[in-house]
Amino acid sequence: MASISKDDVVYLAGLSNLSLTDEEVESLQGDLGNILDYVGQLSSLDTEGVEPTYQVNDLENVDRPDEVIDYGVTREELLATAPEQKDNQIKVPKVI
Amino acid sequence: MANIQNIVDAVSSGSSSAVQQVQDALKRANDKKDFNAILSLTEERALKRAEEIDTKIKNGENAGRLAGVPFIAKDNFLTFGSPTTAASKILENFETPIQATSVEKLEAEGAICIGKANLDAFAHGGSTENSAYGPTKNAVDTTRVAGGSSGGSAVAVALDIVPFTLGSDTGGSIRQPASFNGVVGVKPTYGTVSRFGVVAMASSTDVIGPITKNVADAELVMDVLAGKDHYDATTLPDFFKPQKEISKQKIGIIKEFMGDGVDTEVLSKTNEYIEKLRADGHEVEEVSLPLVSMCLAMYYIIVPAEVSSNLARYDGIRYGVRADANDLSELYGKSRDQGFEAENKRRILIGSYVLSSGYYDAYYNKAAKARTLLIQQFDSLFEKYDVLVGPVVPTPAFKLGENTDDPLKMYMTDVMTTPANLAGVPAISAPAGVTKEGLPVGIQLIGQRRSDAALLALARSMEAHYE
Repeated sequence: MASISKDDVVYLAGLSNLSLTDEEVESLQGDLGNILDYVGQLSSLDTEGVEPTYQVNDLENVDRPDEVIDYGVTREELLATAPEQKDNQIKVPKVI
Repeated sequence: MANIQNIVDAVSSGSSSAVQQVQDALKRANDKKDFNAILSLTEERALKRAEEIDTKIKNGENAGRLAGVPFIAKDNFLTFGSPTTAASKILENFETPIQATSVEKLEAEGAICIGKANLDAFAHGGSTENSAYGPTKNAVDTTRVAGGSSGGSAVAVALDIVPFTLGSDTGGSIRQPASFNGVVGVKPTYGTVSRFGVVAMASSTDVIGPITKNVADAELVMDVLAGKDHYDATTLPDFFKPQKEISKQKIGIIKEFMGDGVDTEVLSKTNEYIEKLRADGHEVEEVSLPLVSMCLAMYYIIVPAEVSSNLARYDGIRYGVRADANDLSELYGKSRDQGFEAENKRRILIGSYVLSSGYYDAYYNKAAKARTLLIQQFDSLFEKYDVLVGPVVPTPAFKLGENTDDPLKMYMTDVMTTPANLAGVPAISAPAGVTKEGLPVGIQLIGQRRSDAALLALARSMEAHYE
C-alpha cells in the first residue's frame, strides 16, 4: 500500500517545480494515494527475468549525412515565443 | 456531409470552389458554437489559402489530392493562423513559428485548416472536461460528454462541420470520443505518422490520426499522412497502402473486453457486429488476452512518467504565460501551478513519484517489464489471428460531471483502449449502431503492427451493414 503524506506531496511538488496551494496539497494527497494503490497491483505480476520495454518499434540507429536541416524558422521568430526578451536573448529573473 | 472525394471532385471541376467550401465550413462552425467543440477559427488564413487553391485550379495546375477540403486540428497540433493552446492556460496565447508535419502534409495536398478543436488540457483525460476552456458537449446528447481527449475533433466531424479532423491517441483519445459520437477514429501503428509539431504527452505511446465520417475518408487522409519524417526519429518508412478488398479474416474476440462491468447494450452491439462478421464469411472465435487486467496499472505508471518529463518544458521561460515572481524558482513554481489543470498536476506528480529513486524499480521498471509481457501476449495472438475485436469503451457516453470527482473512475474508461497503445499496434473505432436511447456505440478492431490498411479495409467492408 502506498501511503502518501502531505509532506510527500510537497516533496514531489518540489521535484516537479509546482508551487501548490494548501488546498491542492490536501486534495492531491487523497488522489495520489488512491492512484498509487491502484497501480501498485502490478507488484503481484511475476516479471522475473523479463526485459523492460521502453519503446515499441524496434528502433536501431540510422545514419544520415551530417548536414544541417533547415527548419525554416528564424532566431527572431523563436525568441518571439518567449514571454520576455532583451538584446536577442530570453530574459529571466536574477539567478545569482 | 459529402465525402472527401466528392468535395475534391466538385472543387476541381469548378462546380464548387475552395472558398465556398471554407465559407460553408466556417458558417457551420459558428452555427454550432454551443457544443464548444472548437477553440479558435483561422478564418483569414483559411480563406487566403482557399483563394490560392482556386487560382491554381483555374490555371489548370494540380491542386492536390485534398484540394479545397476544410479540416480542423486538435489544439495540440502547431498550426498557423490562431494560437495553439493545448486547451491549457499556460499556452493561452502561444503562436507557433512552425507547423506540425502532419498539417504541412495535408496542406501540401490542398486541404485547408479552418480551426482548432477542444481537448482535455495537454490531452490528459477522457471527457474533454479537463479543458481550461470548458467541456465539449456530446454531438448526440448535450447533457453528455464528448469523450476525450480528442472530444472537440470527434464532435466537429459528428456535427458535419468538416469532413475530417486530426486527433492524438495516447491511451484511447481518438477511439473513445469517436465511439461516443458515432464516427470513425484511427489510431495508427506507432510511428506511422510524424508527431513533429504536436505537443508531446507520452512519447512511447503517442500517435496521431484522423477522425472521419466514413472509412474511405480515413483511408484517404491516412495515405497522405503516413511516412517517414526526418524531424521525428520514431517514424517508420511509409508502409500504408489503402487496400481495395479484404480477404476472409481470422478474428479473435478479446474475452476480457466482454466481461463484467461492460454495459449490456454495448455488449449486444458488439455481438451484433460479430454476427455480421461471421455472416460475411470471416472466422470468429473467442480468445484471451489475460494482461488486459493489468493494462491500466501499466498505463498509469508509464504515461505519467513520460508526462512529467515532457511537461517539464512548460516553465514560463521559453514560451507561454509567465507568472509574476521575485526569483527563478518562484517563477517556475507559480507559472506551472497557474498554467496547469488539476489532472496535469496529478500526472506530473505521479510521474515524479514513479521515477524517483527508491520507487523506480517498483513502479516504472515493473510497468516496463509488464509491457514486454503484454506485447508477447499480443504477438502470440497475432500468430493465429489477423484481427482482434471488442468494444472501444465499457459504456456509451457518460453524463457531464459524472466522473469528474474521482480520477480513478475516469481512468477506468480507458481499460479497452490502452492495450493497443502500450503494444504500439493499430486500432480503429467504427460506428456499430446506437443504444435504445440513441447513444452511439463503437466497435474496436485491433491488428498486428503495420496492418493498418487491412483493418480499415475490413471496417469499410462492414459499413454497408450500418447504412
